[in-house]
Amino acid sequence: MTDLAVTTGRTGRRRTTAASGTTGTPGTSTSPHAVSAADEPVALTRLATGRTARSSRRLGIPRGVERLVGVVLFIALWETAAQVGWLRSDILAGPSTALTAGVDLWKDGTLPSSLWASLQRVGWGLGLGIPIGTVLALFAGLSRIGDDVVDANLQMLRFVPIIALQPLLVVWLGVGETVKVTMIVIGVAFPIYVNTSVAIKSIDPKYRELSDVVGLSRGQLIRRVVLPGALPGFLVGLRLATAIAWLLLVFAETINATSGIGFMMARAQVFFQTDVIVVGLVTYAVLGLLSDGLVRFIERRLLTWQPGR
Amino acid sequence: MTAVIEPTVDLDGLAVAARGVTRTFGDRTVLRGLDVDLRPGEFVALLGRSGSGKSTFLRALAGLDDGVEGEIHVPVARSVVFQDPRLLPWASVLDNVVLGLGGARGEAATAGRAALAEVGLDGHERDWPKTLSGGEAQRAALARALVREPALLLLDEPFGALDALTRIRMHALVQQLHARHAPAVLLVTHDVDEAVLLADRVLVLTDGRISLDEVVDVPSPRLRGDDRFIALRSRLLAELGVDEGAEGNRPAGATPAGTLT
Repeated sequence: MTDLAVTTGRTGRRRTTAASGTTGTPGTSTSPHAVSAADEPVALTRLATGRTARSSRRLGIPRGVERLVGVVLFIALWETAAQVGWLRSDILAGPSTALTAGVDLWKDGTLPSSLWASLQRVGWGLGLGIPIGTVLALFAGLSRIGDDVVDANLQMLRFVPIIALQPLLVVWLGVGETVKVTMIVIGVAFPIYVNTSVAIKSIDPKYRELSDVVGLSRGQLIRRVVLPGALPGFLVGLRLATAIAWLLLVFAETINATSGIGFMMARAQVFFQTDVIVVGLVTYAVLGLLSDGLVRFIERRLLTWQPGR
Repeated sequence: MTAVIEPTVDLDGLAVAARGVTRTFGDRTVLRGLDVDLRPGEFVALLGRSGSGKSTFLRALAGLDDGVEGEIHVPVARSVVFQDPRLLPWASVLDNVVLGLGGARGEAATAGRAALAEVGLDGHERDWPKTLSGGEAQRAALARALVREPALLLLDEPFGALDALTRIRMHALVQQLHARHAPAVLLVTHDVDEAVLLADRVLVLTDGRISLDEVVDVPSPRLRGDDRFIALRSRLLAELGVDEGAEGNRPAGATPAGTLT
């Protein structure tokens, strides 16, 4: 009752209430502060809401188009520099020259065959590396022995740069396709392993308790709880793995290759064909973007259950 | 752990028989030789202050605690509802309800749909758990418990995380479900009103022992304003060491709560 009088009464009345509040409940003891604050006018601000809030930030242009502006500007500058002669063609070919070169390389079959050779290597690398990483992660994540044997070793090997394994791998496997694919397999298996095994271990133990309560068998536990629970981590690993796969492909193809995008670029280097090199770079970029987009698409499809999606 | 050993108690007419249940964590003894029986269909509330070990006892009956000592007999068919709904976020509501349910897939799905309809969640079968409100998620957890047709239903503060209005609706639902399926129920709670409202018998756990075991003698429908409701409520609160703060009840010399001295 006293509180009500404080908030609804006029200022003078409030003072009286506060002064006579010797009965001393915590409610009235705070009222002097409330009175002095209420005497001051409060500075108000109108918050941007609804349409005002949005239009002040953007002019209705889709975000994707906005982002393209920067790219277009960059290419235009580059082209101008090449046309005017600031950029010599033996240093860096302009975009239009590179485009022509690209069309020519596509027509004479150099680009398609190089692309196919590169795609095959990455395909094999991912196709073998992903299951190897996943199986190792399950082994380490689900059994004590697996954790002791697999995890301790892999966590140590993880810090060896894969590129530094190349001399040893060449000694073991020669300079053919096997060594190139092997490097990609190793590079892919690690991020898949690390992210999936961490995801398995971080599944909320409450769900294991639940599976005890509802009587899940070990197989059911893996199928219904462990695998779907580890999926987000696995997909993070997959995105890293695809990026690493392209990186290692470039490295493997610029050394001892007789086919592929990297080989095409290495050969162009000998003849200062910078336009061909640009074609190679663009091809790598496009392939990387496409594979990343594919993984993102898979993520969206498989993780609709996640809160915040 | 329990079924293999020859029982030393007469299990006739009992749904739960627990004898000398003791649980020690390090040098702290939480349960000191508890003896608790539940008859089939009996609704028992276990009250206790936080940290009194009431959830520990429930987990022992659920078979989730292998560090517990004593003799425990529980039905094979038993279900647990935890304080959190504990639905698998990556499985649909229906898949959550029928999780681990044996038998043919179609049969399980039919039973699951029926259980969801019973808790008022029909139409949500294919939804992700993230789309459910707190109360709906807890009802789905109830459906998951019921679909197993348990002879013993263990409720571990299942309404603790719900808002007051949802809790009232959940109380009514639990009463209905208990009347229809008649499992023995052990409800662990710190809410005295909830215990008096729902249970046939109330136990109070203090210092690892059952300090009070009282049949709830309040005619239904139980109303909070009923004299016997209020009397039992006061007794239970006193047993839990809570001073209700009413002027007349305050012991002489005690400091009223909230007064600065």
